[in-house]
Amino acid sequence: MLRAIPFGWLLAFVAVPCLLLLVIAFAALAEGVPPFAWGSLSLEALITLTEDGFYLAAFLRSLRVAFITAALCLALAFPMALALARAPARWQPVLVLAVLLPFWTGFLLRMAAWVGLLRDQGWLNGVLLALGVIEEPLPLLYSSGAMLLGMVHAYLPFAVLPLYATLLRLDRGLEEAAADLGAGRFTVFRTITLPLAAPGAAAAFLLVFIPAAGEYVVPEMLGPPEAQLVGRAVWGAFFQDRDWPLACLLAVLLLAVLVLPIRLFQRLETRP
Amino acid sequence: MSRLMLALGLGFLWLPILLLVGYAFSASAIPFQWGGFSLRWFAALAADERLLEAAWLSLRIALGAATLATLLGGLVGWVLARQRAFRGRALFGALAGAPLVLPEVVTGLSLLLTFVALQGLLGWPTERGATTVLLAHATLGAAYAAVVVQSRLSQLDRGLEEAAADLGASPAQVFRTITLPQIAPALAAAWLLAFTLSLDDVVVASFVSGPAGTTLPMLLFSRLRLGLTPEINALGAAILALAALALGLAAAMLHRHSSHSGRDRGKAG
Amino acid sequence: MSVLLALEGVSKRFGATLALDGLSLAMERGEFVALLGGSGSGKSTLLRVIAGFEAPEAGRVLLDGADQAGVPPQARPCAMVFQNYALFPHLSVFDNVAYGLRREGLPKLDIAARVGQALAMVGLEAMAGRRPHQLSGGQRQRVALVRALVKRPPLVLLDEPLGALDAGLREATGQELRALQRATGSAFVMVTHDQAEALALADRVAVLEAGRLVQCAPPQELYESPATRFVAGFLGGANVLEGVAGTDGLLHCPAAGCTLRLTTLVPPGSRAAVALRAERITLSAEGELPPENAATGVLRGVTYQGAGWLCTVALAGGQTLRVQVPADRAVPPPGVPVLLEWPVAANILLAE
Repeated sequence: MLRAIPFGWLLAFVAVPCLLLLVIAFAALAEGVPPFAWGSLSLEALITLTEDGFYLAAFLRSLRVAFITAALCLALAFPMALALARAPARWQPVLVLAVLLPFWTGFLLRMAAWVGLLRDQGWLNGVLLALGVIEEPLPLLYSSGAMLLGMVHAYLPFAVLPLYATLLRLDRGLEEAAADLGAGRFTVFRTITLPLAAPGAAAAFLLVFIPAAGEYVVPEMLGPPEAQLVGRAVWGAFFQDRDWPLACLLAVLLLAVLVLPIRLFQRLETRP
Repeated sequence: MSRLMLALGLGFLWLPILLLVGYAFSASAIPFQWGGFSLRWFAALAADERLLEAAWLSLRIALGAATLATLLGGLVGWVLARQRAFRGRALFGALAGAPLVLPEVVTGLSLLLTFVALQGLLGWPTERGATTVLLAHATLGAAYAAVVVQSRLSQLDRGLEEAAADLGASPAQVFRTITLPQIAPALAAAWLLAFTLSLDDVVVASFVSGPAGTTLPMLLFSRLRLGLTPEINALGAAILALAALALGLAAAMLHRHSSHSGRDRGKAG
Repeated sequence: MSVLLALEGVSKRFGATLALDGLSLAMERGEFVALLGGSGSGKSTLLRVIAGFEAPEAGRVLLDGADQAGVPPQARPCAMVFQNYALFPHLSVFDNVAYGLRREGLPKLDIAARVGQALAMVGLEAMAGRRPHQLSGGQRQRVALVRALVKRPPLVLLDEPLGALDAGLREATGQELRALQRATGSAFVMVTHDQAEALALADRVAVLEAGRLVQCAPPQELYESPATRFVAGFLGGANVLEGVAGTDGLLHCPAAGCTLRLTTLVPPGSRAAVALRAERITLSAEGELPPENAATGVLRGVTYQGAGWLCTVALAGGQTLRVQVPADRAVPPPGVPVLLEWPVAANILLAE
């Protein structure tokens, strides 16, 4: 009985929605609300998608952006997590909080702050102009660089925390044993710390990669207009073109692309 | 080396936030420009009825969604931690974890389709707005709550529950007197997580909401498309102050809790 | 024989506690020394200071005559067997054992040969490809041992090497440890809290109390003539009788209600303490009380211990003595008055 309530909820609000995506991806467009016909079958969306190279490009671009974001986050997060895990025990809660607290200021507000810092009349250009480093404002905002900056800023804590947890569990005695057997600091890191932290690093990478692949808000606010990623394509098909079947098909394909990394992530999470 | 990177990383995370808050006190009408100290943007914020209305709606949705998410997620976590084998357990586990890994646009779109289908079949929900956003956020929050509760439950010493049962407690009494007090911190953390998620979400809410339900992030997002105003800075400062206050209260409660248990240990030893 | 390890006035402080307090100790090449002490005695800290994981605040650690101050663990000529073994979980048994040799940059073939040889020494050749978690506790212990020994270090440091093993496995593994030590010729420093283990395996036993070295001597000497009350109590739980020395070479013990003859001269009138081992005392039903080295009392409790009985006897003066009675003797029921006697040689004068 106690199981029936959550199971029913999950079926209604997780399983059914995903099935509906698949059904409506192959429904015919129609006038009215909703703008498609229940029970109809049509390959219109699939044809649009395959004929217009724009969507394939969006997928590739999304995967590339997600990969770069995840790689940057990992590169930044690994030394941060290491320093966190090796900090004196009484400082650790404070430092972890310092990593987490930016979350609570609101995602949109953080992105707004980047807009304020990076735009032509923004803070960074103002500082550089005042210092005489540049003579006219640099076009920083609405660039790939600004978008990646925002993505890394949004997702960095996701990468730091699993790595921190992994490194905290790592037995310091193993590193001592390696040093005792003649390994220098770098060798200890390379032969002991890094291999033992690898599952945590993989989890951190995927934890950033998966949501970043479908990200909509950051590219919209900071990225260049031509940075058409899948998230923006879904949003545009749905809100602007009112082509719900196409939006659904894009969502289904995004899921299909992400199934492999998602399965990998879940296996890492359930590993003993 | 890694300490330097930690300092740099924290600086990177905090710099935009600190500047956002700092310039909230600037009189200048151009955001991120210093025009002397002023609280005028806080006054403008307090007079912005549309924004306050949206904030109030978001708060009510978040309170409801977090509570529902904690109840549901608690049940899901309990099933995952305690019920080893039943028909459909693999499906149950997959569904419980799915919202964690689905991209926001996928979650939003798929839930919208569900609400549209429900409306067509049952005539409910009659319109999309606060209710549909609350249900969507509860679904999302429950997935996070389930993870938190499950991990806490699987760390618990089953021996304590067996001891209570052995001393004559019924299953309900065991749950109320032994299990619940021990998972209470996890439930509180889960609630807080679901609450934050709901307050912060713009994508899912944009999909499932209707004209009647504009949440604070939705309003902010549409305004940001039009341009930045220093009012945003004031809002950021206000939210950070509230978050810090909530955090301080939580830390004080935790501290009291831990010093209590410290004394108990002292007595035992 | 030459001095391999010399500790000179080593002190180490953790916050407010002094873990090592001006400790000095020297050991020779190929020697087996056990560091014996209770928890908090500083024995593990001493091992970590020798290995180089902790830097002493005062004093010197000399290995082969060379001061080790500032020398990192990887550069010291010693290898450690960790308490929980610290086997690398992501490496096979072979790679664990080869780890130290690879750091020396030996040729691959040499490494393979030496690792194979080392594993054969402890009968684990067949396990070379396994991961640590696929081994039993005893096998892990041997891998940890071999991983340290394969580098042929002049000094091996062992932190409670038998501590994680089942009681049944401990004795056999201890003997194997001793045999390996003899075979390799490395000097062993073994930390233990188990007095039987220390006495059975070591050439010399160093007893530590609160960061100080109380006594360091061969097992037999330590057992038969403990220097202090702590050592006497720690090893075999001896009875301690206190009294005042008389002019006639006798010690009058009011708490025990008896008189002891001392084998060493003590200035008359001074206070002295004597250790008396439970197994040296003879218990009999009440007879005539000899004038010295005997006492009367009431049998309070009898515990069967397999090899005999452990009796507690309340003496006339109020003190309680532990008495060991061999299994082939009859023990009177509790509550009965008894006579205790022991030879002069059983009286061990404690220096305090």
